[in-house]
Amino acid sequence: MTDLTKRTAAETAAAIANGEVSAVEVAEAHLDRIAKVDDRINAFLHVDAEGALAAARAVDAKRAAGEKLGPLAGVPLALKDLFTTRGIPTTCGSKILEGWLPPYDATVTRRLREADVVILGKSNMDEFAMGSSTENSAYGPTRNPWDLDRIPGGSGGGSAAALASFQAPLAIGTDTGGSIRQPGAVTGTVGVKPTYGGVSRYGMVAFSSSLDQGGPCARTVLDAALLHEAIAGYDMLDSTSIDAPVPAVVEAAKLGATQGIKGLRVGVVKQFAGEGYQAGVVQRFQESVELLRALGAEIVEIDCPSFDFALPAYYLIAPSECSSNLARFDAMRYGLRVGDDGAHSAEEVTALTREAGFGAEVKRRIMLGTYALSSGYYDAYYGQAQKVRTLIIRDFEAAFTQVDVLVSPTTPTTAFKIGERADDPMAMYLADLCTIPTNLAGNAGMSLPCGLAPEDGLPVGLQILAPAMADDRLYRVGAALEAALLEQWGRPILDLAPAL
Amino acid sequence: MSTATTDELMDLDEALARFDPVMGLEVHVELGTSTKMFCSCPTEFGAEPNTQVCPTCLGLPGALPVVNAVAVESAIRIGLALNCSIAEWCRFARKNYFYPDMPKNFQTSQYDEPIAYDGYLDVEVEGRSFRIGIERAHMEEDTGKSTHVGGATGRIHGADYSLVDYNRAGIPLIEIVTKPIVGVPGHLAPAVARAYVAELRELIVALGVSEARMERGQMRCDVNLSLKPAGAEKFGTRSETKNVNSLRSVERAARFEIQRHAAVLASGGTIVQETRHFHEDKGTTTSGRVKEEAEDYRYFPEPDLVPVAPSREWVEQLRATLPELPGARRKRLAQDWAISDFDMQSVVNAGALDVIEATVAAGSDPASARKWWLGELARTANERAVELAELPITPAHVARIVELVSAGELSDKLARQVIEGVLAGEGDPDAVVAKRGLKVVSDDGALLTAIDEAIAANPAVAEKIRGGNHKAAGVIVGAVMKATRVSRAFRLRATPAVPSAGWPPAGTERVRPRSGP
Repeated sequence: MTDLTKRTAAETAAAIANGEVSAVEVAEAHLDRIAKVDDRINAFLHVDAEGALAAARAVDAKRAAGEKLGPLAGVPLALKDLFTTRGIPTTCGSKILEGWLPPYDATVTRRLREADVVILGKSNMDEFAMGSSTENSAYGPTRNPWDLDRIPGGSGGGSAAALASFQAPLAIGTDTGGSIRQPGAVTGTVGVKPTYGGVSRYGMVAFSSSLDQGGPCARTVLDAALLHEAIAGYDMLDSTSIDAPVPAVVEAAKLGATQGIKGLRVGVVKQFAGEGYQAGVVQRFQESVELLRALGAEIVEIDCPSFDFALPAYYLIAPSECSSNLARFDAMRYGLRVGDDGAHSAEEVTALTREAGFGAEVKRRIMLGTYALSSGYYDAYYGQAQKVRTLIIRDFEAAFTQVDVLVSPTTPTTAFKIGERADDPMAMYLADLCTIPTNLAGNAGMSLPCGLAPEDGLPVGLQILAPAMADDRLYRVGAALEAALLEQWGRPILDLAPAL
Repeated sequence: MSTATTDELMDLDEALARFDPVMGLEVHVELGTSTKMFCSCPTEFGAEPNTQVCPTCLGLPGALPVVNAVAVESAIRIGLALNCSIAEWCRFARKNYFYPDMPKNFQTSQYDEPIAYDGYLDVEVEGRSFRIGIERAHMEEDTGKSTHVGGATGRIHGADYSLVDYNRAGIPLIEIVTKPIVGVPGHLAPAVARAYVAELRELIVALGVSEARMERGQMRCDVNLSLKPAGAEKFGTRSETKNVNSLRSVERAARFEIQRHAAVLASGGTIVQETRHFHEDKGTTTSGRVKEEAEDYRYFPEPDLVPVAPSREWVEQLRATLPELPGARRKRLAQDWAISDFDMQSVVNAGALDVIEATVAAGSDPASARKWWLGELARTANERAVELAELPITPAHVARIVELVSAGELSDKLARQVIEGVLAGEGDPDAVVAKRGLKVVSDDGALLTAIDEAIAANPAVAEKIRGGNHKAAGVIVGAVMKATRVSRAFRLRATPAVPSAGWPPAGTERVRPRSGP
């Protein structure tokens, strides 16, 4: 029997639908894989074997009853631990929520269940999604399946590593400054940040409300599209969700793979190059641009001058919002409680709990944000950052009058070593240099693997950016490039990863 | 914490001779929407603690707010009724501070973009009209309710433990803030403060957006007050007296703070900018927390909500469908009833406007309706400590009594007995008249027959009277009264020159409860 864990989501769904395998067999194969490899990867914070098998049995029962199965029915998935799951632990990678059992499902969780997706468990992440390496998880770092001494990216390192180590064919991530795309890039997987408002944030624990966006992670562009359509769409419980039809991303992925991108205008962002960019990353990126040209795309260099200010603006806006969003963790209603011994006041219990429950990076950002919002500094920091945001939106608008999509390397470097940047927040923050402008502007972005850097043999990601609500363009271009690269390589990139 | 425990007070007249008060009033109104501001939890009052809660109003991780459209509509209607401009585009903002009864540790409120701004409300005190400027009216959510158990003060400091009920968390509030109230003659200032809150309350009730019951906390008032030397331009330092929760208390708090500030300033002291707690029992205030520096709430636009942008068409539609507002209604009724503004004030102060209007609508003439409701019935309501509308007598009953009186079938005296009967639950006026046999006796024949029978039954007494002993007539009178069961009418007719001690009814001219020092 072929290894069920190596299949794509589309293949697995088809195999279940036509009775070749049962959903339970698929779930068991993945649970076995998790049991075999995850002690080395640490992609999962919680494995819900019982729930997964129950969901799989329900799919098999549906099929037996002759019911029509959805396009992802029975496909296993790793859900980032930032999404609430009724009765299943949700920690956000933080000690402060250790043991919390949410009484409700996030909208994304609910839609996954409705699509008969089998949720294997909750994936590891930087605490409250703050980080670019998953080293900030209170439950230990996740390791990159390509090299266990290296980071899998972050904050969604657990989701990306689960895909790359064949523990799940699908995963959900969240992208506030690159937390889906950057882990995708450094693990050789596909990750999409949909248009802001495209996927409901209800039940997705907030880091920075105006930037956070949930999205699909997969090993192929088509799988990402299938997952995208399962979770996207208007939700009346999220005021910022967009009340419009979901872009036809599955159709776009199929068109891209079969009909190519002839005549498409592709912009190369001038700002995403130069000092700090690893040679092998630049090389693979440029080869991919040439490949796009060969596929019939018109390549244009695009100047986005305000992108230079994106990183500082991001590090004012995101901490400001997080300082307010994380105020609710006060030991009163849920989660950790420290010092409740009768000797301490409520205020002291809150302070002791936050001191013990939050990690260093979370504290750093709460302090940064509290300062940036304080009276007398608001205009100079938060206010100014919002203006930069407006300029970045204008840069994107101007760019998209000239081209259909923009492309860049997803990250300046391949995966770095665990601990390498842990004591240097600025170096860590640079990992999100290319991904952040999209979050500030609210438009859509994708990262897909475009080769291995010659100097270290690690995956390089290519980023595609599209206008808001034109997510389908990502899939069209992504699928075309993916097909062309696959033809060159002769096999999926993850087949090159060392066996675990 | 302040160590001051007693406050010197200056005589009010002296204080007002030396200083001009500047007041600012902040009123929170709980809207009567059926669901909360940002979630669909019910808002019913008095439910078991923590039974009307959900992930959103408990501030659970991941939960998000959605604006209650009815609350926005109510806010706009309040703004329009207060002659405000309505923002074309405004946002919610987060007010960040930690407190256990605030689930998210920020309050979703509005900061520099209120839904309504720059309006006014006219109030009348002692026949004079004062225009109170409205700075803004904005939307926000209520907090939960803390109960601090143990400790002397009932406040969080020193309590053994605290209980928090989140049923109230997320109930929609409208905060209405006045511009500084200046130029009111000092001796009227406390009454103007009270009249403003009373007028605002009536307006809110007339709009149907809240019951605005102060005793339930549906309307809560903060009184900000400062003094400046008489005639001076520059405002003094203010105190903020929180949770002044009855009309009477508003007036008392203002008066107390005027006297306290004056004493401090006159003795060369300085007023500390601080929050003060009002004590209902003594009518005094004591120092709460001192604001050493302005609290930094780190306001920023609420990123979880989209801006509120009411279309002009909608606003105009709401303006067109505003009900008649209390001020206009009073003017119209005063005209219809041919009474002065001052008399109308008495009607309003007695809480009798609605019942009198209904009585007139049921056929009574306005003067009679006023006479009964402000007289006999106001006295009874006062004794029973209830509102007029809560008495077990309806405007239709009163109108029927007025009709019987004007038809000559009841005297005023008898009418009072009918009212007494109705209030005692003996039925409607006609039933009471029938049961008690209360009719003005106009049939002399029946009376004369009764007298003849009385004389015949008491020959010895009759003989005494004939002999000149007129005092003996009492026995005959008593017998006639007993026989005819028309005691008071008989007495009225028999002794018209002797006014009864019970007439006119006590309270007819009394105005209750009056405003003014």
